[in-house]
Amino acid sequence: MRSHNMNFQEKLLDSFIAFEQDIDLLNPIHKYRKDALKRFEDLGFPSKKDESWKYTSLKPLVQKDYNLYPKSNIHIELKDVKKYFLNDIDSFKIVFIDGVYSPFLSKTTHDGVDICVLSAALSKDKYKKRIKKYFNKVVPSSESLASLNTSYTKEGAYVYIPESISPEDPVQIMHFSTGNQNSIWLQPRNLIIADKGSKVEIIERHQSLKDHSVVTNSLTEIYAEKNAFIDYYKIQNDLNTSCLIDNTFISQERDSNVSVHTFSFGGKLTRNNLNFYHKGENINSTLKGITILEENQHVDHNTLVYHAQPNCESHQDYKGIFSDRSVGVFNGKIIVDKIAQKTNAFQQNNNILIDNKSKVNTKPQLEIFADDVKCSHGCTVGQLNKEALFYLKTRGIPEKEAKALLTYAFANNVLESVKIPNLKKRINSLIAKKLGVNLGFDL
Amino acid sequence: MAYTEEELKKQLETKEYEYGFYTEIDSETFPVGLNEEVVKAISKKKNEPKWMTDWRLDAYSTWKSMAEPNWHNLKYAKPNFQDISYYSAPKKKPDLKSLDEVDPELLKTFDKLGISLDEQKKLSGVAMDVVVDSVSVATSFKDTLEQKGIIFCSISEAIQNHPELVRKYIGTVVPKKDNYYAALNSAVFSDGSFCYIPKGVKCPMELSTYFRINQAGTGQFERTLVIADKSSYVSYLEGCTAPSRDENQLHAAVVELIALDDAEIKYSTVQNWFPGDKKGKGGVYNFVTKRGVCHERSKISWTQVETGSAVTWKYPSCILKGNHSIGEFYSIAVTNNFQQADTGTKMIHIGKNTKSTIISKGISAGKSQNSYRGLVQISPLAKNARNFSQCDSLLMGNECGAHTFPYIEVQNKTAQIEHEATTSKIGEDQIFYCNQRGIDTEKAIALIVNGFSKEVLNKLPMEFAVEAQKLLEISLEGSVG
Repeated sequence: MRSHNMNFQEKLLDSFIAFEQDIDLLNPIHKYRKDALKRFEDLGFPSKKDESWKYTSLKPLVQKDYNLYPKSNIHIELKDVKKYFLNDIDSFKIVFIDGVYSPFLSKTTHDGVDICVLSAALSKDKYKKRIKKYFNKVVPSSESLASLNTSYTKEGAYVYIPESISPEDPVQIMHFSTGNQNSIWLQPRNLIIADKGSKVEIIERHQSLKDHSVVTNSLTEIYAEKNAFIDYYKIQNDLNTSCLIDNTFISQERDSNVSVHTFSFGGKLTRNNLNFYHKGENINSTLKGITILEENQHVDHNTLVYHAQPNCESHQDYKGIFSDRSVGVFNGKIIVDKIAQKTNAFQQNNNILIDNKSKVNTKPQLEIFADDVKCSHGCTVGQLNKEALFYLKTRGIPEKEAKALLTYAFANNVLESVKIPNLKKRINSLIAKKLGVNLGFDL
Repeated sequence: MAYTEEELKKQLETKEYEYGFYTEIDSETFPVGLNEEVVKAISKKKNEPKWMTDWRLDAYSTWKSMAEPNWHNLKYAKPNFQDISYYSAPKKKPDLKSLDEVDPELLKTFDKLGISLDEQKKLSGVAMDVVVDSVSVATSFKDTLEQKGIIFCSISEAIQNHPELVRKYIGTVVPKKDNYYAALNSAVFSDGSFCYIPKGVKCPMELSTYFRINQAGTGQFERTLVIADKSSYVSYLEGCTAPSRDENQLHAAVVELIALDDAEIKYSTVQNWFPGDKKGKGGVYNFVTKRGVCHERSKISWTQVETGSAVTWKYPSCILKGNHSIGEFYSIAVTNNFQQADTGTKMIHIGKNTKSTIISKGISAGKSQNSYRGLVQISPLAKNARNFSQCDSLLMGNECGAHTFPYIEVQNKTAQIEHEATTSKIGEDQIFYCNQRGIDTEKAIALIVNGFSKEVLNKLPMEFAVEAQKLLEISLEGSVG
């Protein structure tokens, strides 16, 4: 007897023919789609038997059936979604509604920089060379969900920052799902390229507008050329009915600096596969995250930093606060190749459990093949300091606020490196909201 | 001119296994292969009661249905289990009243090890239950122990003389079905040690067993069972060396510790089996399951110095079942040439106010791979659990690897868990500092390595510390003073 699981997997495989009706089969990238589909067919969905999926089960997710082709032409008013954009910033935006690009809400450009959609970049001749150079070049073939995304590559954000250019404002990539149809499976594909000496800030957010079931299997490829500077922020504060599998693959050239901040405050199940690959010397990579969960939410941070070249640095700092049957998973891996001497890799994961129904599973891994390196990791699970709490209470600060203050302080390391003031404010207010307090000031 | 690190490394690589000799003792060895008949034959040979035979057969049928694990970070040729002889015993079991009656060849073996039975008996006060190829041939200090009511004998003797104790406890900590190698061991274990400390007794001496794989091509399947009854204390030592042989030898031991209320067990291991030559040929496969269970207010402390074996797969664990129980794990794992080690511990916190400490030091040299794999699990009912873990790795040379896989699973908010790990090499500035104080590079490295492992070495009983030093010397000669 076939399980439901098989059914959805088969549906994904069978639907590919219908998908092919809709796209340009002569495009050179179509080969990648077909190869990836084959790999997904071989690999299937990951199960708990896979070491990197030990603490997160996709089974309940893929046992259901999903709609792969949501209806297009759904219109939403700006006023309904304005609150999800960063206020006061009239910046470039790429907005998708149920996986379909919304020109009405977006603001794209080809003036100096390219901030547009991937489908446009794929179809136009002038981008051909660049697509050929970058598309699917950093995604390892062993990842089944990444392969699944590649096979259905159609739409997503495309950002290209030419040499020595640095746009003033951050680029916002927004994915809304409207809930006009229940159970949808979205697979956006983003390609971000920062050429030599350029600098860019990007904010990505997935948001459902109604509580309906939606699964997003997103893939983002990021290329930082020599001396490029990329700051990437992921805001995950979705409703409790949506799931997100976020695959991010980052390729860094010499002297580049990439940092990714992940703020996970919501969503039923969130899995972040964040992978850094070093292609040159003197690279700096930063991975930071704050996770605050409640109500059965589940977040799994799965990070990889592959130090393949000498004299590079990586910093990881993930803070988690868990309550009410929520589950936090951290699975960080640092690999230091034989030739990657003088590597400096640092990894930290701190967690606070608010109640006994919540769980933390953490596994900070080091795999080191070079001798002249400085690698360390630290990991803690504990509670707020009772003395500090008592001290604050003696100063007349109520318990709830005192706890919130200490929690703020706990997460502050990560917030400190957020470089966009408006975003910092936004995240501060999200944290305050999460903790149910109004401190009346920003930390 | 002092040694440079390069020279030292070369010296390490060319260092031959000193204890690689082979003692000729008449042995009775079963033909190779494993089937139900062999299991029955082993049981019959040892004149075991029916329940034991059935227990073995049950384990064997489980083992047949299991697959060899491959999740570990090790690469080796899988042993062929039909190519191993499952029983090898010295032909005559000498009735020992004094050392004179011991086979002179055997005595020579101990002389070569530098620890003769005689010396052990007289100087260090260590009672030895000597195991040569699976059957114990010499025991000492039995009388002293008997007066206290302590039972310290081979497990086959225990099955004959104390079946009620063995039957009650065997397989309770490491069940037959626990894992592939534990199931294999349960089916075919040839001998091992049994120790029972009665209520309220503090064992007056360190109990010690010498394991030695002697016969070529015989796997050694030891079974150790240590029971510390209420409010008792015992310190148990286990040490091993093996002759230099070319084919891979398999060792799949099972050690079970039971610490009843208020009891304390200290279990120390020094392992120096043949690690293979510098080309990675030969060497012992060491797949060991060690686990202890702690009842109320009891304590189990594992200390290990792992320098030998081509492949080590070993996770001495503590199940902290009772309230206020304590688990400790101190380990030094040294790998050189082509050695591979995947070792660590599991601390399962179940009772309230339980504490565990993990200190693991890994030293990799040559082309070796050294992994720490540990689990700290806090169950939902384990209130106020406390864990501290520290895993440090030292790399010597750029062809070796050090890996850390700590699993931390917490389900109780009152838990306090700390884990930290570092990987580094011996710093040039550290050596420079020593050099400018007139300490040559060789001594400086020795100093640093010594300091690096001191925390664990200090945990070894006095009698064993010397031995441990010696074994460290063999593995990292030139770098340990």
